[in-house]
Formats: sequence, structure tokens, C-alpha cells
Amino acid sequence: MSALVLDGLTKRYGSFTAVHGASLRIPHGQFVCLLGPSGCGKTTLMRMIAGLEEPSGGRLLIDDGDITTTPAHKRDFGMVFQSLALFPHLTAGENIAYPLRIRGVPAAERRRKAESLLELVRLPGMGDRPVSRLSGGQRQRVAIARALALEPKLFLLDEPLSALDAKLREAMQIELKQLQRRLGITTIVVTHDQREALTMADLVVVMSEGQIRQAAPPMEVYRRPADAFVADFIGMTNLLEGDVTAPGRLSVPGGELALEGLPRQGRALLSVRPEEVLLHPATTPGGANRLSGTLSFVRDLGASVEFRIEVAGREIVALTRPQDRPAVEPGGAVTVEIPAGACVVLPAEGQAAGERPS
Amino acid sequence: MIRRAPRSLAEHAPILFPALMLIVFFVIPFGLMIAVSVARRIPGGFYEPDFVFANYERFLTAFFGGVLSFSLELAALVAAVAVGIGFPFTYRLARLPRAAQVRWLVFLLSILSLSEVIIGFAWSTLLSRTAGITNLLVAVGLMAEPQSLSPSFGALLAGMVYQAFPYTVLVLYPALARLDPALVEASRTLGASPVKAFFTVVVPSQRNTIVATLIMAFVFALGSYLLPQLLGRPQHWTLSVLITDQAIYQSNMPFAAAMAVFLVLVSLALVGLALLAGRKEEA
Repeated sequence: MSALVLDGLTKRYGSFTAVHGASLRIPHGQFVCLLGPSGCGKTTLMRMIAGLEEPSGGRLLIDDGDITTTPAHKRDFGMVFQSLALFPHLTAGENIAYPLRIRGVPAAERRRKAESLLELVRLPGMGDRPVSRLSGGQRQRVAIARALALEPKLFLLDEPLSALDAKLREAMQIELKQLQRRLGITTIVVTHDQREALTMADLVVVMSEGQIRQAAPPMEVYRRPADAFVADFIGMTNLLEGDVTAPGRLSVPGGELALEGLPRQGRALLSVRPEEVLLHPATTPGGANRLSGTLSFVRDLGASVEFRIEVAGREIVALTRPQDRPAVEPGGAVTVEIPAGACVVLPAEGQAAGERPS
Repeated sequence: MIRRAPRSLAEHAPILFPALMLIVFFVIPFGLMIAVSVARRIPGGFYEPDFVFANYERFLTAFFGGVLSFSLELAALVAAVAVGIGFPFTYRLARLPRAAQVRWLVFLLSILSLSEVIIGFAWSTLLSRTAGITNLLVAVGLMAEPQSLSPSFGALLAGMVYQAFPYTVLVLYPALARLDPALVEASRTLGASPVKAFFTVVVPSQRNTIVATLIMAFVFALGSYLLPQLLGRPQHWTLSVLITDQAIYQSNMPFAAAMAVFLVLVSLALVGLALLAGRKEEA
């Protein structure tokens, strides 16, 4: 099966390394999200894939052919730019037909193709509109249709939905995913929005400081983050650090936890999702994996309730359904239970989490 | 914000000053020129107020018709060459690193400080037989002996393009600096080579800027009267040269004024036509 292979792609600007040895295999038909905070190198990586940026090192292969040095206009990849880059001097239909015009397709066929693409993105009959008279969402669709006009081998989108308002954005995410599934086209989207990545992707590639931290299906990235950065960036998490005192026992501030998968000795870092943390009244007898703390803040989010509990000077966040809400007021004592199965043991670097303000 | 049309004198105040300046420095002198253009010349003397069209009738001769059409063609050619070179130049310039852009712009601005006289003499030296560039060609063996390239039509064109070029770049620069680089990148990913992207995206998307720059360079070149005398032969003398000649050396103010009025009207008509053509295509 055909695939896109990134083999140690690197981009350096002077002494600054924007992308550091990115290696990845993307099977045909996958929807991939490059996810990370701004400045992590995700856009540079996509621009290298598109041929708009020349790699300083590494190779790029598609269907086992090396395209590292192939110019952008010979790659047959469709790309949607963050600014959309619709040509202001052309109508919506002419924009979509532009790649066909470049290839010398006759005018009548161009018009027919443009109309069918407009239907694909649900803008039938809008072909004669000047770009300046389209709404944000409509422009978005025209840009998508234009990028798909040549039936590209690869569909690239650089923060395509960032200009849209929240509601339209969610709707477009679902629509884009459905479109991709229907066409079966290999798609790569750059985004800094983890909800967007989780909604659309088959494969989430989390990047930070020019490096790929983890590439895995969305739920795996969420449930088994590869390191503290990924755990913290995808959703909310509690990072607990402690010393291994005995096999399978970890001493953390405020108590001791029993769990599997710990190193034999030394320090260990845990990630525990807030929704996995259980709360009990302070009168509950202590036991395994139970820590006592003080409830410092309650945030009622409607669909769920968020609790912030201070345990031995550190804050632990717990998320419960409204009906499971314990009868404790802020300032009251509470017992926190961290089930052994909820803990993900991370490589104990610690610095990745420490650097990020929470 | 006031959205209705201004009514009282106070509401008109912000435009009073510019309007006054326009009247004092443009409308009144132009009116005077029109008045002089219909005055009657006293041979051997000056002129006295009258209302005759004799001065305009003289245009209908083949000589003045020829000079007028040569002036318009020359100005159009200068504008076309200046924009033809200036547009790709400015496009590349706007994509250079900031520091390099500043250096180029300062250099171009410094050319603006040169007067027409200096430009004219510099080019006539550069194109002369004794000290010109043909000596270089002889030195590298491309030519048998040095030649004089000036005065000639080519020399005149080179000098006038040189003079119009910095203005052209400075007018094009803001629009091209604002051009979204993603437009060209998009056209690249859609299958256009860099050259094709330039002609199918950059040039058409900047059409209004190009038309405006062409008009500016055309009007600018139309007023040139020293370079045709320094770098051209008498058959390359423009209407501006004849106006100067009539006004200063022949003391024929009414005829000079009539030619000037006529030149202004013809250029206004041409600019109007260009704008009209542009608007029609857009609609």
C-alpha cells in the first residue's frame, strides 16, 4: 500500500532548528493532525511536505519514490493555506478551476469540473461570485474545493479553520472529516487545537520544540501519553512526582500509592486524568491510594463539576458528573482516591512539565 | 461620526484649507493659462487680452500633429518600459530581507534627488564615443572601435526610463509589499511554475496598481523637456520642448499656453480612457 514516509526531516534556519529529525510513516487514506503549541515546528514540517520549504536534512518519500527535492508544482499535493490564499482577481469558480487552467484543460470542462466541486463542498451555483462577496465559511469551502480540483495524492491544510467562529468551526471539523472519509484521500492538518485534532484525526502527531513527541491514534494519545508534555498538552491532567520506596509503591506528597509499571527505584512521574480521580468524604477510612486534602475551589461546568483539592501543598484536579458530587463545601476536608489503573507512568524527565505554566 | 452630508460652514472647515490651496496653486494658474492661450500676440512685442482661436488652429498643421503624437508615444513607451522593468524588480525587492530592502529604497530615493540636467549629461557621457560604454566593449573585444550612441532615440529612451524608474518602484512598492506570499505559494502547489505563478497570479491580482503606475509614469514622462534636447535629435523633441521654445525663446506666450492647455486636455482624456477601460473590465 502506498504511504508517505518522513525520514529524519530537519529544517534549520541559521543556528535555530525549527524541525528536528521528524520521522513518520503515514499509510494511505489516513487523516493526520500535526498538533502542538505555536512555534513547535508543525507548520514548517507541513511546508516541507508541500515543497515550499527545502529540508536541511532527511528525506521525504511517497509510494517509495524520493520527492525530497521535487519542486512544489510537480508534487500534485493540494494545500489549503491559513490565509486561504484565494486569488482576489478571480471568481469562486475560476479559483477552483485555476489548477485545471494551468494544466491546459479546455474551458468547458473546467466549468463543469468547478461546478461539481462546488457541489462537493455544498456551494452549488456560487461559481460566478467574486471572492470578496463570500462569507468566511464559504471562502473556506472554495479553498478546499480548489485544493481538491486535481484529485491530489495528498491533501494538506494549515490551520484551515482558525479564522472561523467556534460554532462554524465545530461544524466544519465534522464536515471535513466526512469529506475526507468519502474521498479516501490522505490528509494532513496542522492545528494547535487539541479538540480539533481529537475530532478529526486517525493519527495525532504531537510536536513540541521541533520534535515529534508522540504519533498515535487520538484515544491512545489521550490515555497513554508518551511523556509529560503530551499528557499536559492533550486535555487536562494531574502530574504527580514521587520516589519509589518499595517495588510497586510510590511515595508522593501527602501519601503513598500502590501501582504497577513503576521503575525499580528512583523518581517516577505519573499522569492521572481528572475524570479518573475519585472523591470521598473525609470520614471515609483511609486506605490504598487515598490521600487527604482540603477542597479549595469548585467550578460547576454544567455537564461536569471540577474540584481543585490541595494535597500536601500541591493541587489535584478532579472532575465528576453532577450527580456524583460529594457533599463537601470549599474549605472542607476531603479524601482523594487515585485508582492504580488510572495512573500512567511517564519517563521521569520532569522538566517538560515543569517548564509549562499550568 | 457625522454620516450625512456637511451643511454649515463649520462642517466644511476640514476641507477648506486644501480646497483653498488647490484654487490658489492650480485652478487660478490654469485659468490664467487658458486666458493667455486665447490672447492675441503682438508681433515683436508681448500679447494683449482677446478671444481668438488662432493659436489653437496652428496645431492642425502636420508638424504639430506629428510632434504631439510623438510626445504621446514616447511617454507611453517610457511608461511601459519603466513598469515592465519596475514591476518584476519591485516584486523581488519586496521579498528581500528587511535590511536589503531599506538599502535599495534609500538608493532609489537618492536617484530622485538628481536633477534632469545631471541625468541628461551623465547619460550623454556614458553613451559618448570618447568616454562611453562602447570603450568597455572594445576593451573586452566585442567591438572594433568605440562608437557614439548619443544623441539617438535609444539614448533618449534610456535616460527617460532611468528618470521614471524610481518613481515607478516607489508607487508599486506598497502594494507589492502587502501582497500575501501565500498567493504565490498556493499557485505553486496548484501546479504553476514560479514564472507561471508570476504571470497568472501576481500580475493579474495587481492590475489596478499597474494601471495607476502606468498613468503616473506616462504623465511624468510627458512633462520631460530637457532630456529630449540632451539625448535626442531634433526629430525627438517633444511638445514640452516646443512649449519651452515658444514661451522663452520666441516670446510667443499665447501659442505656448495654447499648446500647454492642449497637452493637459489630451493627457486627461487618455488617463480618463485608461481608467474607464479598467472599470469596464472589472464590472
